[in-house]
Amino acid sequence: MSLGEWALWGFVATVVLTTILAASQGLGLTRMSIPLLLGTVFTGQRDRAKLIGVAAHLVNGWVFALLYLALFRAWGGGGLLRGAAIGAAHALFVLTVALPVYPGLHPRMASEHHGPDVRHQLEPPGFLGLHYGYQTPLVVFAAHVVYGAILGAFYRLG
Amino acid sequence: MREPPIGDHAVLGDGRSAALVTRRGCIDWLCWPRFDSPAVFARLLDPEGGHFTVAPAGGWPCSRRYLPRTNVLETRFESAAGALVLVDVMPLADAECGGLLAEREILRIARCERGEVELEVVFDARPGFGGGRARWRDDRALGLHLADGHELFVLRSEQRLPLAPSGGVRTRLRLRGGETARFSFSHSTEAPAVLPPLGDAAEERLARTSRAWERWSARTTYRGPFEEVVRRSALALKLLAHAPSGAIVAAATTSLPERVGGSLNWDYRYCWLRDASLTSRALFGLGHAYEAEAFLGWLLHSTRLTRPALRVLYDVYGRRPPAERALPLAGYRDSRPVRVGNAARDQFQLDVYGEVLDSAAQLVRSLGRLDRDTARMLVGFGEYVCRHWREPDDGLWEPRRTREHHTHSKLLCWTALDRLLTLASHGHLPGARPDMLARERGAVREVIEREGWNETLRCYTGTLGGHDVDAALLQLPWYGYLPAGAPRMRATYRRIEETLGAGRGLLYRNRRDPARREGAFGICGFWAAEYLALGGGTAAEAEARIAALLATANDVGLFAEEVDPETGEALGNFPQAFTHIGLVNACLTLQNRLTGAEQLTHQRRLPRAEERARAEEMGT
Repeated sequence: MSLGEWALWGFVATVVLTTILAASQGLGLTRMSIPLLLGTVFTGQRDRAKLIGVAAHLVNGWVFALLYLALFRAWGGGGLLRGAAIGAAHALFVLTVALPVYPGLHPRMASEHHGPDVRHQLEPPGFLGLHYGYQTPLVVFAAHVVYGAILGAFYRLG
Repeated sequence: MREPPIGDHAVLGDGRSAALVTRRGCIDWLCWPRFDSPAVFARLLDPEGGHFTVAPAGGWPCSRRYLPRTNVLETRFESAAGALVLVDVMPLADAECGGLLAEREILRIARCERGEVELEVVFDARPGFGGGRARWRDDRALGLHLADGHELFVLRSEQRLPLAPSGGVRTRLRLRGGETARFSFSHSTEAPAVLPPLGDAAEERLARTSRAWERWSARTTYRGPFEEVVRRSALALKLLAHAPSGAIVAAATTSLPERVGGSLNWDYRYCWLRDASLTSRALFGLGHAYEAEAFLGWLLHSTRLTRPALRVLYDVYGRRPPAERALPLAGYRDSRPVRVGNAARDQFQLDVYGEVLDSAAQLVRSLGRLDRDTARMLVGFGEYVCRHWREPDDGLWEPRRTREHHTHSKLLCWTALDRLLTLASHGHLPGARPDMLARERGAVREVIEREGWNETLRCYTGTLGGHDVDAALLQLPWYGYLPAGAPRMRATYRRIEETLGAGRGLLYRNRRDPARREGAFGICGFWAAEYLALGGGTAAEAEARIAALLATANDVGLFAEEVDPETGEALGNFPQAFTHIGLVNACLTLQNRLTGAEQLTHQRRLPRAEERARAEEMGT
C-alpha cells in the first residue's frame, strides 16, 4: 500500500467510524462523542471543541491506520477478517484501558473521586464507557470493527 | 393529593424549556430537553408524576418575587424559627459564558438568613411522563445519576444526598443562619454530560444569568402605564420563545383544564402561527425587534414545505406536531384526558394569514425592508388568500365541529390583503398584483358588511349569517377594518359586553356552547380595554379596565389562558402567551392614546423600499 493509498483509506475508514458513532449518538444509542472529548482537550467552547475534535479525530484515524498497516505487514497481509479482528482488539483497548484513564489525562474531565469543579466538568466515561449509555460498548466495538475491516480489505487490494 | 391551584405557579426557563414552581418550592412541571418533550416532573398532572421540592419542613409562611427585571425566582420562607430564601434559576448560555455548560440545568440555592431551618428535599424524577425505564446510580462525587436510554439526569449538591431504596431523594438538611445549600439538576442527551460545579461557580452562574436577563429587559423601550407589569409580561413571553429556532410556543404546559374536572385539556407546547405572530408583534412593540426578526426567519424556514398554505401549528423546529393521544395520567384535579400532540394540526384556519402578514408589516415598519425570499413568500400568501377566503374554516377558537364561515377569519383575510397592498404601495413587494388584491379585499368587506352584521342583534356576529356574539370581533378596529368610534363597532362592543361580560373586566370568548362551562378568556378582556383605548371609550376607561384585569394575575404577574370569574382562579394552560400579548398590546395602545401618538402606523405608513436601499448604499 502506497502513502497515497494509506492516506485515502485511512481517511475513508476514519470517516466511516466517525459517522457510525455520530449516527449512534443521533439515534440515542450513546452519548459518546469522540470529537467533543478530543476537542475539549483544546478548548472549553462546545461548538469550537466539536470542530477541533473532528480534525483531531481525523489525524488520529490516520495515525492508527499506520499502525494497522504495520500489523498487516508484520502478519503477512491484510484482509477483511484480519482487519476486523484488529479493530475488535483496538475497541477492547479503547473501552477497557483508554477511556477509564481519560479523566487523568483530559484537562476538562471530572474525576470519579473528586467530582466536578470549575475547570473539570466533563462527565468521565467510566468502565467500558458505560456512563455514556449502556449501548456505548457495542457502538464503539462495531465502529472499530468496521474501521479495521475497511483498512484490511483495501490493504489486500492495494 | 390535590394539585395546587394553577395560578400558584411561577415559571422558569432558558429559551429551550420551561419549569413551573409552586409557592411551596416544589417544581411540579418540567419538560426536557424542549418545551414539548416528555415531562420529567409532572405532579401538576398526576400525584405520581414526579417533583423536586426544596422547602422548610412543616410549611412555613412564604412570599415570592422575581428578582427585578429577571426571570430569577426568589421565594422567602419566614417563621419565628428563622428565615430561608430559595433562589431558582435556569442558567442561560450567553456571550459571557466562556466555558462548558450543561445542556440543561436548574439551579436551586437555599440560604438560611437567620435562625435555623430544617430543609426538606424531595427529588422524585419520572422521565417520560413516568413511563421511562430509568435507572438510578449513586456516583458519589459525580452526583446521583438517573439514566433513561440515552438521557442522563444528574442531581448534585454540596451536602450528601442519600439515594432512597426506590430511587430519588427524600431527606432533611439542617441549615443555620449564614449557611447555604445548593442543588444542581442537569440533563444531557447528545454528548458526554457537563456536570455543573457548585460553590462559587454556581453563584457565578446565577449572577451571570441575572445580568443576561437584566440586559434583555433593559432593551424594553416601553415607558407608560403599568410599566412593571408590561415588563414582566415581556419577560414571560421571552421565556416562551425557543432561542435556537426563533419559534414561540403558546404555553409551557399541556392539559391544564379550561374547566376543572372536564375534558377541555389541550397540549399548548407548540407554536401556533397566530399566537406567535401576535407575540412577536407585542415584543416588537416593546422594542425587541430581534425576536420579531427571529420569528419571521423561523416562519420562512418552517413553511417551506407547505407554502403558500400555512399550517395552524408547528413544533419549535417547524415540523408537524405529533398526532394527539391521551396519556395514562390522573389529570389536574381529575381533569382527563391528559393529551400530548394536538389535533388542531389538521385544521384549516384562514386567520393565520392575516396575523402573519400584519406581523410582517410591523417588521417592515421597523427595519424598512424585506429580503427577496420573504417578499416572495408574502406574495404567495396573498394569492392563497385570494383563492381560499370564500371557504369555511375551523376558526380562531378551534371548535371540533364542522367548518363554518367565521367573521373573524374573513376579517383576517381582509387584513392580509390590506397589509399586502400597503407593503406593495411602498415598494416592498415587486411581484404583487395590487389590482387583484384590492378587488378581493373589497369583496371580503362586502361579505362581512352584508352577512357578518346582524341587524336584529345590532352587532357583527361570530359567523356569517349567524346569531352568535364573539369577543374576537373587538379586534375589528385594531386591524384597521373600521374606526373604533364607528356606529356599528360601538353597537358591537355594547352587545359583546352585555352578552359575554363576566365581571372583573373579564369576557367570555363566546357562548355558543354553554355546556362547556369554561372560564372567561383572558385575552378577550384586554381586547376590550384596547378597543376603549383605540377610541371606543376614554383613556380613563381603558386604564380602569386594564387595572381590573391585572387583579386577576397571580402574585408574580402571570396569567393563564382563562379565569374563573367567580373565584378568580386561573384556568387552562400556564403561563399563556395569548393573555400576556393582550396585556402588552392594550398597554401599548393606551400609551399611544395618552401621548397622542398615532396608532397602528404600520397599517398605512411604511418606509419606502427605495429610500431604505438608498440609505444602505450610503452606509447610513
